[in-house]
Amino acid sequence: MSRPGFVLEVDERTPPLLIHEGEGFRLEPLPLGTKVIYPPDSLPGIRQVDAAIRRALLAPEGTEPLPELLSPGMRLTIVFDDISLPLPQMRTPDIRQRIIEQVLELAAAAGVDDVELIAANSLHRRMTPAELRRTVGDRVFRAFYPDHLRNHDAEDRRNLVHLGKTPSGEDVEINRRAAESDLVVYVNITLTAMNGGPKSVSVGLASYRSLRHHHNVHTLRHSRSFNDPPHSAMHHSYDRMASLIDSQIKVFQIEATLNNDVFPSATRFLNKREWEWNVGDQASYLAVRRGNRLLRPMARHRVWQSQFAPYGITGVNAGAPAAVHPRTLASLHRQQLTEVDGQSDIALFGLPFICPYNVNSIMNPILVMSLGLGYFFNLYRGRPIVREGGVAIFYHPVPDEFHPVHHPSYIDFFEEILTETTDPLVLEAKYEEQFATDPWYVQLYRKSYAYHGVHPFYMWYWGAHALEHLGAVIFVGGSRKTTARMGFRAASTLSDALEMASPIVGSSPSISYLHAPPLVLADVR
Amino acid sequence: MILALEYHRSPGRYIAARGLTATKPGRLLTGAIAGNVSPLQLVNRQAPRLPGPGWTRVTPLLSGICGSDLALLAGRASPYLSPLTSMPFVPGHEVVGTTLDDLPALPRGTRIVLDPVLSCRARGTPACRWCASGHENRCDHITTGAIAAGLQTGFCGDTSGGWSWQLVAHGDQLHPVPDGLPNDRAVLVEPLACAVHAVTRVDVPSGASVVVIGAGTVGLLTLLALRELTAAGPVYLMAKHEHQRSRARDLDATALIDPRRGVRSLRRMTAARMHLPERGSEFLLGGVDMAFECTGSPGGLDTALRLVRAGGTVVASGMPAGGVDLTPLWYRELQLVGAYASDSEKADFATALRLAGSPVLDGYVDTRYPLGRWREALNHAANAGHLGTVKVAFDITRR
Repeated sequence: MSRPGFVLEVDERTPPLLIHEGEGFRLEPLPLGTKVIYPPDSLPGIRQVDAAIRRALLAPEGTEPLPELLSPGMRLTIVFDDISLPLPQMRTPDIRQRIIEQVLELAAAAGVDDVELIAANSLHRRMTPAELRRTVGDRVFRAFYPDHLRNHDAEDRRNLVHLGKTPSGEDVEINRRAAESDLVVYVNITLTAMNGGPKSVSVGLASYRSLRHHHNVHTLRHSRSFNDPPHSAMHHSYDRMASLIDSQIKVFQIEATLNNDVFPSATRFLNKREWEWNVGDQASYLAVRRGNRLLRPMARHRVWQSQFAPYGITGVNAGAPAAVHPRTLASLHRQQLTEVDGQSDIALFGLPFICPYNVNSIMNPILVMSLGLGYFFNLYRGRPIVREGGVAIFYHPVPDEFHPVHHPSYIDFFEEILTETTDPLVLEAKYEEQFATDPWYVQLYRKSYAYHGVHPFYMWYWGAHALEHLGAVIFVGGSRKTTARMGFRAASTLSDALEMASPIVGSSPSISYLHAPPLVLADVR
Repeated sequence: MILALEYHRSPGRYIAARGLTATKPGRLLTGAIAGNVSPLQLVNRQAPRLPGPGWTRVTPLLSGICGSDLALLAGRASPYLSPLTSMPFVPGHEVVGTTLDDLPALPRGTRIVLDPVLSCRARGTPACRWCASGHENRCDHITTGAIAAGLQTGFCGDTSGGWSWQLVAHGDQLHPVPDGLPNDRAVLVEPLACAVHAVTRVDVPSGASVVVIGAGTVGLLTLLALRELTAAGPVYLMAKHEHQRSRARDLDATALIDPRRGVRSLRRMTAARMHLPERGSEFLLGGVDMAFECTGSPGGLDTALRLVRAGGTVVASGMPAGGVDLTPLWYRELQLVGAYASDSEKADFATALRLAGSPVLDGYVDTRYPLGRWREALNHAANAGHLGTVKVAFDITRR
């Protein structure tokens, strides 16, 4: 029986606690009284995953079993989440491979010949052939790549279809092959509460024309949080779009949830509560930390990016998207939700080495901002863990590093645009369109492996709610140059950070530390 | 006798300066090398004699230090120019001064600025085809006639130059300075005439996108000329230093670009495509319509050729030095246009005198040195950008 999440109050007996800081971590003695929000223990994974998948396909929610939806002569399109999920990448076989193989077996049995597989990369970079192979497995890759297994191209005008507008006037434009299929099977991994459900097709297969209706400053500022769909303006927009899509396209959604086994055995201490570390865990901590420091930056990138998580599968749900997703969220909440009593003056976050957009890549300063003020700040239901006007303290070195192939528009955004303003509204009004339609960025997105030109703007908007909510943002161990460029402050130590925060929150602030990863969703009462 | 800074022939010192400034540390010490390694010395020498009728003695008041002077002293000037000089000579061709002799239309004591080109009329030779058509800067008789070889005052052994107590100039070289124009702005007239000439060397279509590479004196004045004399659309300026950016904003630059990110920034601003060769710098497919290279460095011209759209125009305004990859010139069918000094056909000096009336140029000459502190002056001029200065000048009145 896994223990539920809980909130630890730091006292004299509490050991230093683990805090992630990019490609590294530290044990930090936290001030007395700090509330530490731990996720539930990792739930046991399903033992018979293939059987669970089969059950889900044969007994779906809100629709006929999958075999009844398959028939000879039909057009079947299997869409799957791209490399941004899960984080870190999972050990093979990927759950998407397992699901896709079973869907294909059923399709073959039903005599379906016209099958296409599409990675739902939206405006993310294309997946490389190696990444596609790792996701769908050798057998599927060999059978379908390259002609029938490909990335979605949100700039291929000929292969996009405008389905119409929602009652709120939002354009819904998605991949033509999916729109013109008799059945779309969407294979999703719901890693956080914002993933899956109405978001899958409406975002994963969409174009900029569609995305700009919800990926904007106004919507993000009214998504409180975007991990709490009922209170997320962004999800309200997804819902409207999904309704329009469902009225025209038959979608069979398959959603998988994962447990919290994020780190492999060599670093299993990262999954444990600190006071439960045995001598072996403590020795591993020292050895890994020491070895990590000795690595040169490029070698360190490679080592961290080759961490593959031994996730267990906690649930596989299939059926009509609207019927499936509540069950998926319930499964996710069992693994991630922890009740928290009230807000604090200061929130501490340790930012890990990975975010959705630096898989096999580099975490640049914009991604650090997005990870901290976007993803981690929004890991709440109800209210943020830090009060309005409070201070967020993040641990991350924020190095001035960019991947030139994956993030070309990020470089220009950081070097030229942020020097003029960091105000999301000004950025959106003045520069978004230019970056979104820049032909070079479009070319690199389509032909190279670059994120779309507009993507750094979305990353900045991701933090718009936090920027509005917080009184100050401080990075412990952060580069002064990069943090200053983004309008934040850098501190050498937690003590310095608390000193910097004291004019805003006083000298005896209340502090909450969101102890992640593994992911925890704070249910703040 | 007059006090003068004299440049004399010394192949050893020229090669030493050239070798030192070819290295990165040497480039950082250009000012020190110009002052200590180059064959320049402060001497007392005979005042120059008047070569003939139509000439006058001139007492310089302010005499600017030009980028081409620094290039000469740092050994970076091309040997191509060596037959077009006569040594020893006194440098200095950006001069505001007063005349000491009466000329028909120019009474003694007139405050003048100097057009340094020593063309047929000054040399007393029959007008060559260029001088006859108002293109004195292209004069073919630059090595003959009544005076020694020298493409300009400041490179001719017979005329002395602005870095001295006295020089001689032909009446045709002199332009009276309006009473309201202070010396600080008058000394900018010669480089401003060069900028006017560069801008008028080519047709700048209405709305054309232009990049000016370099934000020293030539770059800033070229920006001014572009805005005042053409209907160019966006004009981008590559500027290293904040004071240059501030001045460029006053001159209505559309956007200011960090030279370290020049190609990348212009790519974004012009919605071009950028490519990185296996060796060498990035280049654009697309880009601006025109580029004005105002640094005189090989890197500047190389960058200019990589920034201009196919069929576009690159104007070499700074005195070029070193080798450049001309592949873009060939592949993109560019037009490379030289712009040297000024001419009378389009009345460059008259236009420059008018533009110099703009108060926006106040503060461009904020540092003046007496001749005796010439090493400091050269060091300051070589580091003007870092030190927040646009133009360093010798104040000849401080003796």
